[in-house]
Amino acid sequence: MAQGTLISSESAQTDKRMDQLMGLLLRSGVILAASIVLAGGAVYLARHPFPPINYHVFQGEPQNLRTVSGVFSEAKAFHGRGLIQLGLLVLIATPIARVTFSVFAFFYERDWKYVVFTLIVLGLLLYSLLGRA
Amino acid sequence: MGSIEFTALIFVGSLLAGFLGALTGLGGGVVVVPLLAVVFRVDIHYAIGAALVSVIATSSGAAAAYVREGYSNIRVGMFLEMATTVGALAGAALVLYLHASVIAVIFGFVLIYSALASFHEGSPLKDDLGPNRIATWLGMDSTYPTSTGFEGYHVRGVPMGFLLMLVAGVLSGLLGIGSGAVKVLAMDKAMKLPFKVSTTTSNFMIGVTAAAGAGIYLSRGYIDPGLAMPVMLGVLAGALIGARVLAGAKVRVLRIVFALVIGSLAIEMIYSGLTGRI
Repeated sequence: MAQGTLISSESAQTDKRMDQLMGLLLRSGVILAASIVLAGGAVYLARHPFPPINYHVFQGEPQNLRTVSGVFSEAKAFHGRGLIQLGLLVLIATPIARVTFSVFAFFYERDWKYVVFTLIVLGLLLYSLLGRA
Repeated sequence: MGSIEFTALIFVGSLLAGFLGALTGLGGGVVVVPLLAVVFRVDIHYAIGAALVSVIATSSGAAAAYVREGYSNIRVGMFLEMATTVGALAGAALVLYLHASVIAVIFGFVLIYSALASFHEGSPLKDDLGPNRIATWLGMDSTYPTSTGFEGYHVRGVPMGFLLMLVAGVLSGLLGIGSGAVKVLAMDKAMKLPFKVSTTTSNFMIGVTAAAGAGIYLSRGYIDPGLAMPVMLGVLAGALIGARVLAGAKVRVLRIVFALVIGSLAIEMIYSGLTGRI
């Protein structure tokens, strides 16, 4: 009985620590993403006095703003639109980082069922971002 | 219109949408899409692309706070995320096959449902029906903070909750929204979680659901940086202000007014869809 309480309070402690780390991770991701988007936005507005796109008609983004590698090369070239897109990628990566963190957290707690569940979610997220052309 | 004027207009509109979304509990995405599509006449694909990234921003920001306070049930959230991510991938794929008008009409109805559901401020205390086999196996039972200290609760209805989460995911991927209303329905009604646990766990899940759809949107070219920039920053700022206001004020009357505004946006959306203007 005493041991049971000990274990459960210990795992509650780890849970709490993990929750705090997870909260920190989410918050940092959003702040970083918003900062990059803001900086990219400044570059974009300074260079494009008129929007290069007619938003009433859907044309779709150019290939370089559709893939992770394309966005990185656009951002490296310091294009405003590429930088914004990089910030948005950081934003999309934030929940993915949270799920990755959860995989390790459940692994650490030896909760194998949830290691499998989180790995499935992680796989689906990575497929969505990186899969296909 | 120049870029700066356009960006400023969209930013202010999104700020308002984020503010309304936070006050009504609907979320920014579901308000910003009709604003872009109906008021600014932005093509619905660009609108849902920009909305979905703003959804990730607000939900991740809010989830950070709730996770710390100990309301969110992380296990329930992670388990159900399997359903919402699969659903979101399917929903995002479905956008390709549906005409913009059809998407607008579905959006309108989901918006009306969400606005009505936002008045539900929590079921009366649920009878604890004792442990449930599946939920116990999945280690879902937990505790949450109440005015009298931490209180335990049992989870049930896992299969039904999972199915509803699939639907929530499809709607999220199809419409560029967080689908908070359907997520809360699944956890509150089907799985009998305490209301506060349902809403915070929903928030916790929304970021992951939205990220699943956003990956597909990005590769389809729905996410335009020039539009997404003011939308994401505006909705995020509006949601932060909204959360501040919500913490202090009595907002019952405000919420009714806002729900009416949102309801009329929804009807305009359905009408535009039916008459082929979207």
